Amino acid sequence: MRKRLQNITSAINTLAALAALLILWQIVCVMGIVPGFMLPSPVQVARAFAGDFPLLMSHLRVTLTEAFAGLFCGVAFGFVMAVLMDRFDRLYKAFYPLVVLTQTVPAVAVAPLLVLWFGYEMMPKIILIVITTFFPVTVGVLTGLRSADRDTMNLLRSMGAGSFQIFRYVKLPGAMGQFFSSLRISAAYSVVGAVISEWLGGFNGLGVYMTRVKQAFAFDKMFAVIFLISVISLLLMKLVDFIQKKCMPWEDAHES
Amino acid sequence: MSELIVENVSKSYDGRKIIKNISLTLHEGELVSILGVSGGGKTTLFNVISGLTEPDEGRVFLDGEDITGKPGRISYMLQKDLLLPYRTVEDNVALPLLLRGEKKKAAREQVRPYFEEFGLEGTQKQYPAQLSGGMRQRAALMRTYMFSQNVALLDEPFSALDTITKSSMHGWYLNIMEKIRMSTLFITHDIDEAILLSDRICLLTGRPGEITEEIVIREPKPRRKDFNLTEEFLNYKREILAALDR
Ligand SMILES: Nc1ncnc2c1ncn2[C@@H]1O[C@H](COP(=O)(O)OP(=O)(O)OP(=O)(O)O)[C@@H](O)[C@H]1O
Ligand SMILES: [Mg+2]
Repeated sequence: MRKRLQNITSAINTLAALAALLILWQIVCVMGIVPGFMLPSPVQVARAFAGDFPLLMSHLRVTLTEAFAGLFCGVAFGFVMAVLMDRFDRLYKAFYPLVVLTQTVPAVAVAPLLVLWFGYEMMPKIILIVITTFFPVTVGVLTGLRSADRDTMNLLRSMGAGSFQIFRYVKLPGAMGQFFSSLRISAAYSVVGAVISEWLGGFNGLGVYMTRVKQAFAFDKMFAVIFLISVISLLLMKLVDFIQKKCMPWEDAHES
Repeated sequence: MSELIVENVSKSYDGRKIIKNISLTLHEGELVSILGVSGGGKTTLFNVISGLTEPDEGRVFLDGEDITGKPGRISYMLQKDLLLPYRTVEDNVALPLLLRGEKKKAAREQVRPYFEEFGLEGTQKQYPAQLSGGMRQRAALMRTYMFSQNVALLDEPFSALDTITKSSMHGWYLNIMEKIRMSTLFITHDIDEAILLSDRICLLTGRPGEITEEIVIREPKPRRKDFNLTEEFLNYKREILAALDR
């Protein structure tokens, strides 16, 4: 109950800060401190958002499709990698450095290559998202699996458990927390990854929309789409939180 | 209920001998304590008996069958309660049954009648984090019992509890032992606890640890509630302290 109250208070604080920021921004624009074509006012942005709403939604659908497909494949791939590397130490030694290496290559640099190889359709975008989203999951799940308690594993062994049972009853549930932390990061990456890949080639999606409004110097629309992207990322992270709560009910058990 | 025989077990870690030539027999329905100082090799001995570690020398027999290095034959309650935080109490105590391949529903069904006995009525759907120390210990004991009813190894099951809780756990434990009669090996470094609960006490002393003395507690079971306040009790305690001094 108290925690709930705290949550509400902190939400109110955040909203108040946000409102203050918006008002300040509006004042700056109205007083002409920054030229209007460079920094549109919040009201102008809202108007642009409302005006282009149907168009934004159709682009959003494409971006989200890419993001979800990429996120799903990336998370599945990252998870399997982690399980295999935990199970086979040789795989860990061979692949872990390579996995880290894939992260030192910036996504923006790979994207044009992917476009050249796979064209302007979904494929290169999904691949780029997979590359950016599998890594947090691999690292997080691997850390979780490896930090399983030795005594607990011994207890299960003393009860005659095989290695699969130890995985199922000790390692896997023990890695859930890490998995969800990673998933939250990957979910945010997936949207950004989709947008970046659309910048570099494509016919649909919020990234394409962004490139077009940029070329038209439509700053208000630019801000509108940035706003939309951050809201979507935020919602995705909240969705992960929600799923985590459902999957890990024991986390809440301390309160009652 | 079964009989457990440990024959001449020795074990070293990193070239250092931890336990040496340990032999003991646990008869049906007996409770035998291993009493010794911290770091003396008591847990090492249990790890060997349970089959988790192979001894350098010696063998372990359960009802005549050689079970050296074969885990999964006798119940073992490790030094910590090791309840899985992400499983409800009921699913924790049912774990041995699930590992044996039973369906979740059937396993829950089977453990249900024991909750009252173990003083855990109403905690079925709770998580271990919501239990008190004494309850967690009882849940761990119950899980040990659900694994098998023939031989149990209990590694300092009550040592983490405060004195008052511990004393009430002793009363409860003596009581439940009358009903479930498992052959039990019991590690402790608490002399009073050893005298109060055991049929026999083996003293594990020295480095490497050896069983140097065996004391039989002749007080009949079920034990009187105030046994630990009697002259006989004090005599046993004197005998043990003298033996430990030697
Ligand atoms: N797996 C292991 N590898 C190396 N050394 C070990 C291992 N297990 C135990 N030891 C060592 O063996 C010695 C005895 O340990 P053990 O846990 O058996 O003692 P104990 O009598 O159970 O002590 P306590 O009462 O504190 O639980 C310790 O010095 C410990 O460091
Ligand atoms: Mg120990």
